Amino acid sequence: MNETPRDADDPIEPHAPQRPGGSPDSGAAPTAVHAPAEAEVQVAAPVAPTDDRTADVDDPWGSAFRRIMGGNLVMAVLAILTSLVVGGILIAATDERVQETAGYFFARPGDMLSAVWTAVSGAYLALFQGAVLNFAAADRGFIYLIKPLTDTLNFATPLIAAGLGVALAFRVGLFNIGGRGQMLWAAAASAWVGFAFQMPPILHVIVAILVGIAAGAIWAGIAGALKAYTGAHEVISTIMLNFVAFWFITWMLRTPGLLQNPGGNNPISPPMPETAILPSIFGPPFVLHWGFLLSVLAVIVCAWLINRSNLGFQFRAVGYNASAALNAGMNVKRLTVYAMLLSGAFMGLAGAQQVTGAVTTGFTAGIDAGIGFDAITVALLGGSTPWGTFFAGLLFGAFKAGGFRMQAAEGVPVDIILVVQSFIVLFIAAPPLVRAMFGLPQPGRKSRRQRRDEAALAAMTQQKGAQS
Amino acid sequence: MTVEPTPLGAPTLELRGITKRFGALTANDHIDLEVRAGEIHCLLGENGAGKSTLMNVLYGLYRAEEGEILLDGEPQSFAGPGDAMRAGIGMVHQHFMLIPVFTVAENVLLGHERELGGLSGARQKVREISQRFGFHVDPDARIEDLPVGVQQRVEIIKALSQDAKVLVFDEPTAVLTPQETDELMAIMQQLRDEGTAIVFITHKLREVRAIADRITVIRLGKVVGQASPESSTTELASMMVGRAVELTVQKNPPVLTDNALVVSNLTVLDALGQKVVNDVSFTVRGGEVLCIAGVQGNGQTELTEAILGLQHRVTGSIDLNGNELIGDSVREVLDAGVGFVPEDRKVDGLVGDFSIAENLMLDRYSGAPFVRAGTVDREERDRFAAEKLESFDIRAQGIETPVGTLSGGNQQKVVLARELGRPLALFVASQPTRGLDVGSIEFVHSQIIATRDAGIPVIVVSTELDEVVGLADRIAVMYRGGIVGIVPADTSRDTLGLMMAGERVAGAPNPEPSKGAVA
Repeated sequence: MNETPRDADDPIEPHAPQRPGGSPDSGAAPTAVHAPAEAEVQVAAPVAPTDDRTADVDDPWGSAFRRIMGGNLVMAVLAILTSLVVGGILIAATDERVQETAGYFFARPGDMLSAVWTAVSGAYLALFQGAVLNFAAADRGFIYLIKPLTDTLNFATPLIAAGLGVALAFRVGLFNIGGRGQMLWAAAASAWVGFAFQMPPILHVIVAILVGIAAGAIWAGIAGALKAYTGAHEVISTIMLNFVAFWFITWMLRTPGLLQNPGGNNPISPPMPETAILPSIFGPPFVLHWGFLLSVLAVIVCAWLINRSNLGFQFRAVGYNASAALNAGMNVKRLTVYAMLLSGAFMGLAGAQQVTGAVTTGFTAGIDAGIGFDAITVALLGGSTPWGTFFAGLLFGAFKAGGFRMQAAEGVPVDIILVVQSFIVLFIAAPPLVRAMFGLPQPGRKSRRQRRDEAALAAMTQQKGAQS
Repeated sequence: MTVEPTPLGAPTLELRGITKRFGALTANDHIDLEVRAGEIHCLLGENGAGKSTLMNVLYGLYRAEEGEILLDGEPQSFAGPGDAMRAGIGMVHQHFMLIPVFTVAENVLLGHERELGGLSGARQKVREISQRFGFHVDPDARIEDLPVGVQQRVEIIKALSQDAKVLVFDEPTAVLTPQETDELMAIMQQLRDEGTAIVFITHKLREVRAIADRITVIRLGKVVGQASPESSTTELASMMVGRAVELTVQKNPPVLTDNALVVSNLTVLDALGQKVVNDVSFTVRGGEVLCIAGVQGNGQTELTEAILGLQHRVTGSIDLNGNELIGDSVREVLDAGVGFVPEDRKVDGLVGDFSIAENLMLDRYSGAPFVRAGTVDREERDRFAAEKLESFDIRAQGIETPVGTLSGGNQQKVVLARELGRPLALFVASQPTRGLDVGSIEFVHSQIIATRDAGIPVIVVSTELDEVVGLADRIAVMYRGGIVGIVPADTSRDTLGLMMAGERVAGAPNPEPSKGAVA
């Protein structure tokens, strides 16, 4: 392990920067003004560990947040690759032929190795064919070649929208685990607008989706207000609100006159009228609907919101350092509520997409299909950036689309895909593990770019020093 | 305070060619240091010079790449602090390593249960050491009930209970009042006279000159030389920094303006309903610096937070040019023209992951000049940042550099550039030079004086008496939430020290700004 330079009293001092009684040497970055090259590099180094420590002590979520935000593309790709390898091992281990040949491995190892190859390559090939290009069906025409790709986009649609909701909240230092409840309310509200009102075709679906978005926003906003004004941790409150939403909507689906389909006994809503359904983009046989473009639009809006708007500036300031935001005059409480409202709005879009695009024959309390939770994974993998979330959503959409084919064609349980997805998150949460596996240096928080920057800084400082 | 020159015996502790690298940087570069029994060897250097790294090598927390540690001529190899302690090296840390809810004896016992023979043995040991050195420490007192100075003695007792031959004091005076500092120095001298070898780490020149037998100055990881305790502070400072430094703040007599902050009967309650600021009244006029002196934790932080609107249980009045600030949000206070440098810049002043440019607009996130139609005007922001980078001499690669990677001095320059970058009616700086190098301290001080000379009322909160005396036109001393007195800047240090300990001194209080020039 590399030793990182630390602050003077760091290794033995459990709470590095104590506010009272701190002395000039404590927690502060050492400084050198007219310093030769190595010395100026020293300047930057000891800051990082101290900062991390602070985050750890103050807020256990804070350090996790930092880690999530500190991820990069290389780590994401390595995490995906590693997870696919783990998935391959599981596929091989659960394959009957592999188990059989393992019995006489030492007599004829070739049998087992070829069985492993057959099982793993077959499974992943099926995954690819189910998710991207089905070249097995290429002779039936271009449509059938690319249909899996559109299925992937279709599955990705709500994952992207919900992923944005999680990502946005992450950027403000909030963990929105309540995607399920927010999606459920959004779905219920959208569906209700759909079947209870009659409107002209395009307007109807727009209103339905907007009402859904509002419902999701309000449900998340409750958690935001609880956090801001009573201090209730949003992780707890969003999870609990999931249960409230689930059972409340289940009750409404069971109760005639509320959401239940009239004339039925099942807890299912009436089907959506034609006017409240998002049309297919390319027409049959493609199922891909206009909701996908809404998700792309949502990515663009979210990217502007986070990176360019002044609200996003305040969001990020609160997310990185709420205390400094407070000192800068920001209304941290109100921003917390806004952040949850907006996060819930993206979740709401996902919920509305489900009932207006994916499942239009009436929804049940299972309409969220685990998307609210998958969204957390998607946002993590996407580094909590809007476009990162977009691509992570596509990947998970591909897993979903391909997973079914993998199960159908190769008999590989679709659960393997869930395991792969979970491992991705696990590896992303443990960068040192992945680095160790791939023999990458353990740089602490310094990237090569940072070191280059520091070297340049040192050279510059030296020059400046020489001038004065 | 002159001391008998120590006999030139064999060194008790010898560090030879200690080199410690962290990746590309060399924190300690072939450092030699020897300490003899019965001397106080002062290790002087700026923050980041490598003093603490060296001591961590000595204490077994870091392993040096090169060099050796000799105790009484025997080479040592420490795998951890335990080894170092057993070999006879004791350390008195800057932040105490004590468990607040344990008693003194329990803390001394901790980790040495067998050697000390249980709690009764520890109690006996505490009494013995306490008696020998006149510490007056009750072995059964709980740590949290003891004043800071006494807690530090417990640290010393802990080290002595392990029969330390070498005692290292790491910035021990940072948390002490001037009187407690004097007492500590007396203790150190007594320990020295009893034959303990003492390493005293500090960057405070006054203390060095008062107590050191020998001085080793290190800069940028290297020993730059030995100095005699008779050297002047200017000589020592130049050695420490590597160039001539201006230790005194240059300023003209104050020219008072009509701007004024009038604080009357200000009381602040904390979350538990305790009065952390107790009925405080003072006036600061434009063109003068009011320094608020006092030992850390006597209500200064809460006082400045109350002005900024960060405290919620506030009564009394804070009147800035006829505008009542109590009840205003932080936003409204900032908009009223209050510039604020928080005492912990990394926690309250800056967003470390943000770029310099983003930090420079941190408190102007809505409306002109940086925001148009809900969107951040990046060109305007970057133009402003580039200008400030230049005018405040912020040493960074560019305006996109994350502030967290800057040195403390440059971070503080970013805070100052932001707070002084808009029209001000009041400037409040809390511990503005804490943890900064000498060069940055000069810069910060000159900016504070420039702000004062621009006719703005300035409040500086500082626990460093040198800074207070250097900057202030008047000094208010706080003790347990109240103002003990407001005195002129030429008040003697002894008087200020007594006031910091809570004693009301004749002549104080003097709540009105003095019209005349104050040196």
